[in-house]
Amino acid sequence: MSNNLKVLINGLVKENPIFVLLLGMCPTLATTSSALNGMSMGLATMFVLVCSNIVISLIKNLIPDKVRIPAFIVVIATFVTLVQMMMNAYVPALADSLGIFIPLIVVNCIVLGRAEAFASKNGVFSSFFDGVGIGLGFTGALTLLGAIRELLGTGKIFSMTIFPENFGALLFVLAPGAFIALGYMIAIFNKLQKKTN
Amino acid sequence: MEIIGIIIVAILVNNVVFSQFLGICPFLGVSKKLDTAIGMSAAVTFVLTLATLVSFLIQKGILEPFGLEYLQTITFILVIASLVQMVEIIIKKISPPLYQALGVFLPLITTNCVILGVAILVIQKDYNLLESIIYAISTAIGYAMALIIFSSIREQLTLTKIPKAMQGVPIALITAGILAMAFMGFSGIDQVFK
Amino acid sequence: MGRNKKMAKLESNFKNMFLSLFTICLVVAALLAQVNKMTAKPIAEAKAMKLVNAIREVVPPFDNDPVAEAYKMPDGQGDSLTVYPAKKGDEIVGFAVNSSSNNGFGGNIQIIVGFDTENKIVNYSVLQHSETPGLGSKMTQWFKDTTKPNQSIIGRDLSSGPLKVSKDGGNVDAITASTITSRAFLEAVNKAYAVYKESDADSGAITKEEKGESK
Repeated sequence: MSNNLKVLINGLVKENPIFVLLLGMCPTLATTSSALNGMSMGLATMFVLVCSNIVISLIKNLIPDKVRIPAFIVVIATFVTLVQMMMNAYVPALADSLGIFIPLIVVNCIVLGRAEAFASKNGVFSSFFDGVGIGLGFTGALTLLGAIRELLGTGKIFSMTIFPENFGALLFVLAPGAFIALGYMIAIFNKLQKKTN
Repeated sequence: MEIIGIIIVAILVNNVVFSQFLGICPFLGVSKKLDTAIGMSAAVTFVLTLATLVSFLIQKGILEPFGLEYLQTITFILVIASLVQMVEIIIKKISPPLYQALGVFLPLITTNCVILGVAILVIQKDYNLLESIIYAISTAIGYAMALIIFSSIREQLTLTKIPKAMQGVPIALITAGILAMAFMGFSGIDQVFK
Repeated sequence: MGRNKKMAKLESNFKNMFLSLFTICLVVAALLAQVNKMTAKPIAEAKAMKLVNAIREVVPPFDNDPVAEAYKMPDGQGDSLTVYPAKKGDEIVGFAVNSSSNNGFGGNIQIIVGFDTENKIVNYSVLQHSETPGLGSKMTQWFKDTTKPNQSIIGRDLSSGPLKVSKDGGNVDAITASTITSRAFLEAVNKAYAVYKESDADSGAITKEEKGESK
């Protein structure tokens, strides 16, 4: 089991999909205008990632090598469609605010990347932990970025007021703020990692 | 008038990269040099227009009449993936020089969310066939513009002294942020054409 | 864990490729069709709830089903708006009008405006918009702030003329730095009023007659 733990931590820190691998940038920038949105997007992606990792590691021997990519895409798209239906049915407000980025989980390089690089070569259990690890790393990064943008932009975190809205720099909720905040966060992450090494 | 509005909004106001955040991965990946940026833009324009046309016809011709809208995501991504493959094979056969120029970029395009994003957006916005095609082409022009401006800036950035932690992606993202601010100046410009 | 690693991978010949993809697609389609059936009802209900909640917010308390009794009215500009009559018992207590404007800063703005039977705005709710967050998007609250009578439109009587922002010679304070949004918003409100006026003239007259008869 210690091996699984390693896989889990690997996804959270060493191969953090956003700060280190720089994958899945589109939803990272687009859905982090608030901490809640960022977290929901992260969880939706994590669900797809874990499920597709499990299924792909289960059926990997039944898929001929030459058609593995289309087969993976079909599996991933299925889970994305499931998430889409569930969200529309039970949390419609959230589905509205994430909008087109829910179907776009299909083309999130993280999901297909893990299917190809990990799940198609490893067993079910380690694939599950890999999905959870990478998923948590992604969710954590999205929530953090969302929280920072929400705080700087509107003075709130998860809609709880920290300082009055009038002091917020609105820019951080808008598009340019997404790029700038993420740029600085990656720089800080680089710096911290170098120190711990 | 409506059409001009669509074009201006897609290129300037709601620029795919700077305000809709689509296609960021290749945007950061291939924008280190101007030539690769131009190659990528051409490939995206070509595939985006074709993919939007085909997925639009499938949506209206197959999915909607049979009440299969819930298969939209799955169908579109498969259509796009096979279309990219087909384009690659055809170009290889009929125009080797073109293949030389675009070939490396084609496999990358399947996972470029601009393509799937635009295919879904035109359905959501309830555009007709002509509007969809125009929207797709304008979006591609907007994407090309963003890529080319950005890669020119990044070529200059390599000559500048930048703090170590900021080198590479962080400074690129901050540059993109400043460009996005500039593009915000275009918002509301489509009002002029009404 | 990796026990089945030793199991040989299927060969990439045409039959195998075709069969495996075909099977996957078949399973997937069946699964999705089933889930689609299961979620179709909650999705429809969630959509209906959103509308009903918006209506409830903008008109006086009612006990009928305004969505079932909704009807379309021409707005005089070649378009028609949906009107939701709110009734308590048999008496009309107000109308919710679904109105929109295409002249917002980010394009289309969809609102629902509630009127009582005396030409007054009860409340409004923004259903859909793509205005700039933090600027134009403030319209969801801005025109409701009753502590600032110059910017609130709640309780205004439109029979004296359409609403205009102060910049255009009206008496509604526009959202700071979002005049275009404010103009579009008021345009939608005025359109709603024009439609309300006609439906009130129609059905209001009927209810009054009925009342008279029952007395």
